[in-house]
Amino acid sequence: MQMLISTIIDGLNLGSVYALVALGYSMVYGIAKMLNFAHGDVIMVGIYAIFVCLQMSSLPVWITAIVCVAVCALLGFTVEKLAYKPLRDSTPLSVLITAIGVSYLLQNVALLIFKSDRKFLQKFIDLGSVSIGDIEIPKISFVIWGTTLVIMIGLDIFIKNTKMGRAMLAVSEDKGAAQLMGVNVNSTISLTFVIGSALAGVAAILYAAKYKNVDPYTGSVFGIKAFAAAVFGGIGSIPGALIGGFTLGLIEALTIGFLPDTLTAASDGVAYALLIIMLILKPSGLLGKKKIEKV
Amino acid sequence: MSLLKVQNLGITFGGLKAVDNLSLEIEKNELYGLIGPNGAGKTTVFNMLTGVYKPTTGEFFLNGENLTGKSSIEINRKGIARTFQNIRLFGKMTVADNVMVGLYNQMHYNLVDGLLRSPKYFADEKEFSKRADELLAVFDLYDDRDTLASNLPYGKQRKLEIARALATSPKLLLLDEPAAGMNPNETAELMKTIRFVREKFDMTILLIEHDMKLVMGICERVTVLNFGTELAAGKTSVALNNPQVIKAYLGDD
Repeated sequence: MQMLISTIIDGLNLGSVYALVALGYSMVYGIAKMLNFAHGDVIMVGIYAIFVCLQMSSLPVWITAIVCVAVCALLGFTVEKLAYKPLRDSTPLSVLITAIGVSYLLQNVALLIFKSDRKFLQKFIDLGSVSIGDIEIPKISFVIWGTTLVIMIGLDIFIKNTKMGRAMLAVSEDKGAAQLMGVNVNSTISLTFVIGSALAGVAAILYAAKYKNVDPYTGSVFGIKAFAAAVFGGIGSIPGALIGGFTLGLIEALTIGFLPDTLTAASDGVAYALLIIMLILKPSGLLGKKKIEKV
Repeated sequence: MSLLKVQNLGITFGGLKAVDNLSLEIEKNELYGLIGPNGAGKTTVFNMLTGVYKPTTGEFFLNGENLTGKSSIEINRKGIARTFQNIRLFGKMTVADNVMVGLYNQMHYNLVDGLLRSPKYFADEKEFSKRADELLAVFDLYDDRDTLASNLPYGKQRKLEIARALATSPKLLLLDEPAAGMNPNETAELMKTIRFVREKFDMTILLIEHDMKLVMGICERVTVLNFGTELAAGKTSVALNNPQVIKAYLGDD
């Protein structure tokens, strides 16, 4: 029982971070209609930013956190301007290849600067834990869940109630018509990337606080799984990203926790198997809308 | 000075002259028709006037200001708004939000205001949602304000497109086949709406239309296009009785 509960807590932690990253994938896909495969690597850059801040002596945690989010947001903005904006009118395939290229570029730059060995961030946020009966819950878990929920709700409110949010929705439905109504499509897409990358920054903080290590491939592995979560939940949908993230996190934690040790290495496989089953049963994802082809 | 002045406007796609040497002038508060058989290049003219296509030759001026080759956003800010032949509303957004998108450029709070919900954000949102509601009331859409645009009946969708275009506070309104797919009753109501828009908003309107009853009913002057060139222009009744126009529509006997 104790084991089950702590596994579930682990799963919820992991799921929260997946959800934040999945949200980034989903927003960019929904509005700019592209799969930003470099999104996961933005997290990696964010964790390295935290690592550098920690090395630089005793900056307060909140400054480190702000630096991390700012670095990620700026990175998202720059990548969009330099790599994706010139391809706005080209085929989705060339944009996809470019995104994969950007992903490798970020990984290799990280390799160049930080080398391939895993770095540890022992000093970053240690809150201890609380015990409820026999069960010990790390306090950081509450921070992770709270942050994720607040961000999800805040983002939903922002999109539905501000002119920028409405512009995003309009662009996601019909770029051309939005432009003809005076909406600046370029700055709207830019903003989408900045918000998505800032979310990746928050995910980086939560990841660093919980797992306390990073190597140049941390982001891409994590990002691909979060992408799977976004597709599972229905890409383009905010609650879909949330459900997809938590489902994936829980399944991963449960397989690691309860499968025999020889099979735990296969925990990623279980997640992907689930994705494949989902795509066969409901290709548009759990909350994705089915497209009806009108003739 | 005329509100819209189009001078020798033309565009070529590959070797095809889609529109050639079109000139026209529209006075303030006028209702002007652009008509012609299918494929005559009418929508292409609209696309040039709204910056979707860049004209190959010629120029056009709004209130004397040359807008040729400007981007869609700039042209919209300068005062040209349009509707579409095949309705292009934001179907997954509410009726009110569709109009709010049209008001986007007039709202002045910035991202930080929006994120922190500053007093400026609330003041702006309140003022403009009131403006949106007023516009919706004018078009009899107020009761549908929270409906998704795609769930509106066809006639109301057409009205909402006009309301959304008017929200950008244009000086010139371009209507692309507003009566397409409407039955005679709906068309009659649409004629009333268009006249009403002209009076209420002191609007100048250029419209593309196939429905001759509508054109004769409300347009003071027309330009008839055929294969991208002007066939006739002038007072509606005169231009439509031009033998060449009749030939273009009905063919030789």
